[in-house]
Amino acid sequence: MAESRIDVRKTHKLYVGGKFPRSESGRSYAVSDTRGRFLANAALASRKDARDAVVAARAAFAGWSGATAYNRGQVLYRVAEVMEGRREQFVGDVATAEGLTRRAASSFVDAAIDRWVWYAGWTDKLATVVGGANAVAGPYFNFSVPEPTGVVAVVAPQHSSLLGLVSVVAPVIATGSTAVVVSSRTMPLPAVTLAEVLATSDVPGGVVNLLTGDPAETAPWLASHMDVNAIDLAGAGLLGLELEVAAADNLKRVRRPEPADHDWTADPGLSRLTSFLEIKTVWHPLGL
Amino acid sequence: MAGRQTLAGKHFEYAPAPESRSVVTIRSSYGLFIDGGFVEGGAGSGSFKTINPATEEVLTEVVEAGPADVDRAVAAARRAYTRTWSKMSGRERGKYLFRIARLVQERSRELAVAETLDNGKPIKESRDVDIPLVAAHFFHCAGWADKLAYTGVGADPQPLGVCAQVIPWNFPLLMLAWKIAPALAAGNTVVLKPAETTPLTALLFAEICQQADLPPGVVNIVTGAGATGQALVEHPGVDKVAFTGSTEVGKAIARAVAGTGKKVTLELGGKAANIVFDDAPLDQAIEGVVRGVFFNQGHVCCAGTRLLVQESVADELVRALKRRLKTLRLGDPMDKNTDIGAINSAVQLGRIRAMVDIGDAEGAERWSPKCDLPNRGFWYPPTVFTGVTQAHRIAREEIFGPVLSVLTFRTPKEALEKANNTPYGLSAGVWTEKGSRILWMSQHLRAGVVWANTFNQFDPASPFGGYKESGYGREGGRHGLEAYLHG
Amino acid sequence: MPPLSTSAAAALPDGLADVARSEASLRRFLHGLPGVDQVGADARAAELGTRSVKTTAKAYAIDLAISMIDLTTLEGMDTHGKVKALCAKGVRPDPTDPTVPRVAAICVYSDLVGVAKQALRGSGVRVAAVATAFPAGRASRAVKLADTHDAVAAGADEVDMVIDRGAFLSGQYAAVFDEIVAVRAACGDGPRRAHLKVILETGELQTYDNVRRASWLAMLAGADFIKTSTGKIAPAATPPVTLVMLEAVRDFREATGRQVGVKPAGGIRTAKDAIKNLVMVGEVAGDDWLDPAWFRIGASSVLNDLLMQRTKLATGRYSGPDYFTLD
Repeated sequence: MAESRIDVRKTHKLYVGGKFPRSESGRSYAVSDTRGRFLANAALASRKDARDAVVAARAAFAGWSGATAYNRGQVLYRVAEVMEGRREQFVGDVATAEGLTRRAASSFVDAAIDRWVWYAGWTDKLATVVGGANAVAGPYFNFSVPEPTGVVAVVAPQHSSLLGLVSVVAPVIATGSTAVVVSSRTMPLPAVTLAEVLATSDVPGGVVNLLTGDPAETAPWLASHMDVNAIDLAGAGLLGLELEVAAADNLKRVRRPEPADHDWTADPGLSRLTSFLEIKTVWHPLGL
Repeated sequence: MAGRQTLAGKHFEYAPAPESRSVVTIRSSYGLFIDGGFVEGGAGSGSFKTINPATEEVLTEVVEAGPADVDRAVAAARRAYTRTWSKMSGRERGKYLFRIARLVQERSRELAVAETLDNGKPIKESRDVDIPLVAAHFFHCAGWADKLAYTGVGADPQPLGVCAQVIPWNFPLLMLAWKIAPALAAGNTVVLKPAETTPLTALLFAEICQQADLPPGVVNIVTGAGATGQALVEHPGVDKVAFTGSTEVGKAIARAVAGTGKKVTLELGGKAANIVFDDAPLDQAIEGVVRGVFFNQGHVCCAGTRLLVQESVADELVRALKRRLKTLRLGDPMDKNTDIGAINSAVQLGRIRAMVDIGDAEGAERWSPKCDLPNRGFWYPPTVFTGVTQAHRIAREEIFGPVLSVLTFRTPKEALEKANNTPYGLSAGVWTEKGSRILWMSQHLRAGVVWANTFNQFDPASPFGGYKESGYGREGGRHGLEAYLHG
Repeated sequence: MPPLSTSAAAALPDGLADVARSEASLRRFLHGLPGVDQVGADARAAELGTRSVKTTAKAYAIDLAISMIDLTTLEGMDTHGKVKALCAKGVRPDPTDPTVPRVAAICVYSDLVGVAKQALRGSGVRVAAVATAFPAGRASRAVKLADTHDAVAAGADEVDMVIDRGAFLSGQYAAVFDEIVAVRAACGDGPRRAHLKVILETGELQTYDNVRRASWLAMLAGADFIKTSTGKIAPAATPPVTLVMLEAVRDFREATGRQVGVKPAGGIRTAKDAIKNLVMVGEVAGDDWLDPAWFRIGASSVLNDLLMQRTKLATGRYSGPDYFTLD
């Protein structure tokens, strides 16, 4: 009789600066499926992990925002390609995490992959659509261009473990900002898998930093961090008020929480892209 | 300044050329403008006087609106919104705004005089800059009213509702226009609070609304100070808050509206770098520096208060700048030849003095042209600090007065680093004849407005607003409309 | 290339003496001058144009402007009679009012210098002659110098030469420089040397960068005055062109210690135009230039408008053209 194989279990870690560290605190927490069955231990990110993630995101900002839009588009599309290759794994992750049938989970995974494709296509078109020349009443050429706002903290949706996550992360990095993401507390495992995809998809280290754990513990440090430029409170729920108040310390751009039952399959439009943009307007005289 | 001239024993000093103040009739007191009429303040209201900062003469007495007055104004705005304004077609709304633009043009002389009396800015600025831009802003926004589907907000953009708008004293009527024109074009109604030291032109604007037969309640003006503004911003009946003013108050507003669903735009402070490279068109750069920091006595959030000059031309530039500053004429704001008017208030004058004292204490070298200051009123001479570094407070903190700090740099990257090394990000200037350098610098400066080989230009079609702690949202152009719509 | 002749040019300080050594050094220097942003220069000139000059200041400015006029006739149909009449007008602009100052100079073609000289004898009004194949300047060096010699021999106090714009625009700065030096030499020597005004014809130079370079080129070559235009090409003396030239003389004095005058010519038709020029002189170059020795206005019709404005100030009522002489 053949010896039954002992499977190799995965240690789920954080994703910071392109690396997969454990929490500096050494803590982890048990993640269960929707029926309460233990799935795995996930890293429980700390205040200091959040701090490190901001440093990594800031360090990555110059390179990522300075990359051509075409290059960013290719990188985002590459993410879709790599996800497609690991589609079955994502379907399994999402089905387990959200308690869905494989069929339902598949549709969310497909939508998540397609969302990357949607945003990949936007990178080199947004400036045309939201920027442009302004007809001022004088001998000046005046044009407005969108620019990424900088480091964006993202509190990912708590109830949409992959599609919701992708829907809030992709638009942030599509425009050249970098992200520190706090994943769903109860369903972090698809986020960890996504981090592995990002790490192998030409996304430069630090562009997306993914913290698993409790948003209530890490998000306040991000909200008050003076080197974070904006915060997306999509999954912050009732925590949103406190975070928005803290965000005022350096006038972060704030996108307020989405309702828990937000339909992440809906057409995203432009609004998540434009929420984390700065419009820069340049004047120059027209003369001989 | 006064005292130059002498030629062959004669003088070519400009004789006084005062603008006539008879074009404006200022009533002895004004009520609040609510629901289409001027009304007395209700329970909890008070009153205060607004003075001419150039003479300290009382101009008129206005109501300090209390919470009950704010309630009334918001209720009037809500009624006007639901019953009239949001139901009206964009085409018809636009026609009201066109009317207002025309009335501003017709009454431009009067408005300019009133603005100068109340604010202290030179009449040539209120006449040639502020008021023409007010009319232009209404004209621009009027045309948007029936074209909202093209703002990029969505196929059928909708107004937000009642807007609470709080504006500063540096460009009183222009800031009113920046707030009210896009709000109304988008189909919102407004309650606006002008600054406590400059309520006059907002009250004249209320008369213009009456002349234009604007439906009652679409525009409401409540005068008052900080408490009135706070009551307005925090009022639960308000859907949108727009504020221009200090970063400190902006942060308080951001906290106050947290979790409320109110949409917010904030246009706050700045500490703009004006960067002059050694290949700059120097004479125009000097003009840009002067316009950048001494325009409107430096009471400009986007003022170019940090002059960053390449070391190789620093001495030459500073020498030329000082020569130029000697020709600036400080004095009676009503005189058509005055370049530098009065500081808006005693409080602001105190702040400027305190910051200059700090500059002295920090060891920067201070220079002002010889300049007689009038005995009455609030005045401060154009002031240049040289030998300033990024470590000086005068190079970091907004002074909001006619005070320039001169810093030097050696390479473009050093200039960029210094320019961006601030929590603010409202504006910046670049002076160089090299096209590619202009575009590179423009791209890397973290500021909402970059003036290349020019400075302090404004236009209703051009978005204005800051990065970082200079606020969020844009005013002007298509982007300015977005701030008053949802998709 | 042989060294450029600098003998006739006024002595320059060490830093600038080498500039005219070669075509290449001239080019390096002129192209190293700070650029002029057109929009900024236009805006500055327009802003100065909003100065409000009233009452006593206006009265002073009107008289100063009159005293700065180079009253000009430069027509093919000019005759002795026309020149004599103009001279009479220049000496006594308003026959009914002796308090009106005389103009600075009468400006004529070189063949009419003698007539003007005689008509102006003892008046203090100078005679300026346009020379060097004015206005196009398209003639050989020999012809231009002969033209200059004629004018000087006839007693011209001032010579208004034109630069070779073709040479300037094709980058032959040394040729332009040499010609100015040669014409200056032809203006004579010593205390009776005719003053040299160098006409840049800014309407043909087109850009303010060129105006600044041509100004410096002329000053380096020894011009006593730099002058905007012949009056035969539009646009002539626009306010921003005069502004750029005033900046040039200001900077040149700072660099060399030598003061050079400025003469806008053509396009100044009203008292208001003239006063705007004086405002620019005072605020840009400085009060040292507010003197007929350092600023001239080349014009003809402006004089009557100045006289009308003067009368309005004195009498409090508007006057009409019938009350001023047409000469």
